[in-house]
Amino acid sequence: MTRAARDGARPLWLRSLGYWAFRYKRTWRSSMTETFVEPVLYLAAMGIGLGTLVDHHVHQVQGVSYLAFVGPGLLASAAMQVGVSESTYPVMGALKWLKTYEAMLATPLRVVDVLRGHLAWIVLRLATVSCAFLGTLAAFGLTRSWEAAVALPAGVLTGVAFAAPIAAFSATQEKDAAFSVIYRFGVVPLFLFSGVFFPITRLPGWLQPLAQVTPLYHGVALCRSLVLGDASLADSIGHAAYLVALAAAGYAAASATYRRRLVV
Amino acid sequence: MAPTLRSFLGTRAPAAEVTGGAAPGAPDAPHVAAADDRAADDRAAADRAAAEERAVAPAPALVVARGLVKRFGRFTAVDGVSFEIARGECFGFLGPNGAGKTSTMRMIACMSPVSGGTLRVLGMDPAIDGTKIRARLGLVPQEDSLDLELTVLDNLVVYARYFDVPRADARRRAADLLEFAQLSERAHDRVEPLSGGMKRRLTIARALMSQPDLMILDEPTTGLDPQARHLLWDRLYRLKQDGVTLVVTTHYMEEAEQLCDRLVIMDHGRIAAHGTPRELVERYVTREVVELRFATAHDQAAALPLGELARRVEVLPDRMLLYADDGEQILAEAERRGWSPVSGLVRRATLEDVFLRLTGRSLVD
Repeated sequence: MTRAARDGARPLWLRSLGYWAFRYKRTWRSSMTETFVEPVLYLAAMGIGLGTLVDHHVHQVQGVSYLAFVGPGLLASAAMQVGVSESTYPVMGALKWLKTYEAMLATPLRVVDVLRGHLAWIVLRLATVSCAFLGTLAAFGLTRSWEAAVALPAGVLTGVAFAAPIAAFSATQEKDAAFSVIYRFGVVPLFLFSGVFFPITRLPGWLQPLAQVTPLYHGVALCRSLVLGDASLADSIGHAAYLVALAAAGYAAASATYRRRLVV
Repeated sequence: MAPTLRSFLGTRAPAAEVTGGAAPGAPDAPHVAAADDRAADDRAAADRAAAEERAVAPAPALVVARGLVKRFGRFTAVDGVSFEIARGECFGFLGPNGAGKTSTMRMIACMSPVSGGTLRVLGMDPAIDGTKIRARLGLVPQEDSLDLELTVLDNLVVYARYFDVPRADARRRAADLLEFAQLSERAHDRVEPLSGGMKRRLTIARALMSQPDLMILDEPTTGLDPQARHLLWDRLYRLKQDGVTLVVTTHYMEEAEQLCDRLVIMDHGRIAAHGTPRELVERYVTREVVELRFATAHDQAAALPLGELARRVEVLPDRMLLYADDGEQILAEAERRGWSPVSGLVRRATLEDVFLRLTGRSLVD
């Protein structure tokens, strides 16, 4: 084997992404329910079960059936859940429990490649989950125009807006205790009050501005308008810009916290 | 069936590219001048390096360190060490826990930035060419970093992919190395239930997946039972026979004596002595050592005059060590004088004795 081949030409971050993909090939079964079964269960329970009740009384929510209203919201919240779960315990595991990052750093990979590869993997996971969810929505007849396809990157973006800053935080932690706090005081309230199940105009007046600054609100609004086909360009750009800014800030923070943690 | 290790170790490129950059043995002033921000540190360290005798390698060096320093905040873990490691040799860092061995290893492995002094690995500067250097190193870290959820074989294949080894080559090489590490039967088992010794052998196989020019092993046998340790030594010895350059840290003196062509003894971040194991023993201790154990401290104190017969006496809490060229004679004399130790043993002097002599402490507590 020649020296050139040994040093390799494949981009370094792709090699780190390769590890996560390789590992997933061995462990994918456990994430199947999360990816494919949960969307159907949620849509069935919330959309059809609760939906018939809601529709019976108020007929429509924002001009559509409750199932059509709640479906895209659940897409955004699923993206949030995957973004959070992939950037908490797996990051801690790679740092401390399995020392995956340490192993990578003994090879040609640099800290920045380790981070980029892991985030790229989270993007791929978000893409599969969003794709599965959109497929389910389409199967329920809830997608109305070609714009619904744009909800796929919107779902990914929503997830990354959570994953990047949380990965930055996870890299500062010695124990996993803070993760349950993130779920209890972050994920669960956002899931309930960011407009997934009812328009935030139903919240008390003082709570509405608060709901509007949460990333999930923007993810839900973006995904919903795209799936329902009533997206305005200005609103969509506004929502997307907010999520992009959060993801970018998270990436910058993670570059710093990863370096501080791994370069000693 | 004989391990087929040689089949792919034989294909390594010649040493040509190493000789260019580092100018081994030459004064390191150009490197010091180049790093302006570290100049002060470098100068201090370089002065110290010049003052101390250097461990000069006989052949073109793969690793050249001059006044190497590693600091963590205010704590100085490595305090100006200089050494050279030549191609094909097994070079050891012997010392107790906290001597600075691991910090030195991590700097050589280009995983930890240098705080002062100069370091050249494979003729390159780790601060600039870390990626290029690491592509040619194999690291066995002190703590295993295997993926416990993957199989033995997958651990090797996935690691090779970091080096961009084509998948088919990786599988072929993994099969050879599992044979070498005596893990072929476990290829498709998960890593988690493997014994400590098996995990260490797997980690060594993993480090060999990239056909490294230099293997860095940080305490490869710590925590293993004697049998597992001997099997590992045997594998490392085989690597040495195959011409792989090894850098090993250890606090087992037998390991250092059996495996290392040359070594340095480290203590408190500094090099206390360097040479071949034989040279060190000859330089610092006598040929033989008499170990006497007494029933009580009183008996031991009473026997102290025996020390007149030896070149040197070392009194430890549980025993007395008498350094002499003829141990039997001392033992006979002890009996003649009526001092009767519970046990008396004459043995060859080892690196453990060298370490004791240099630092006043034992290697392993």
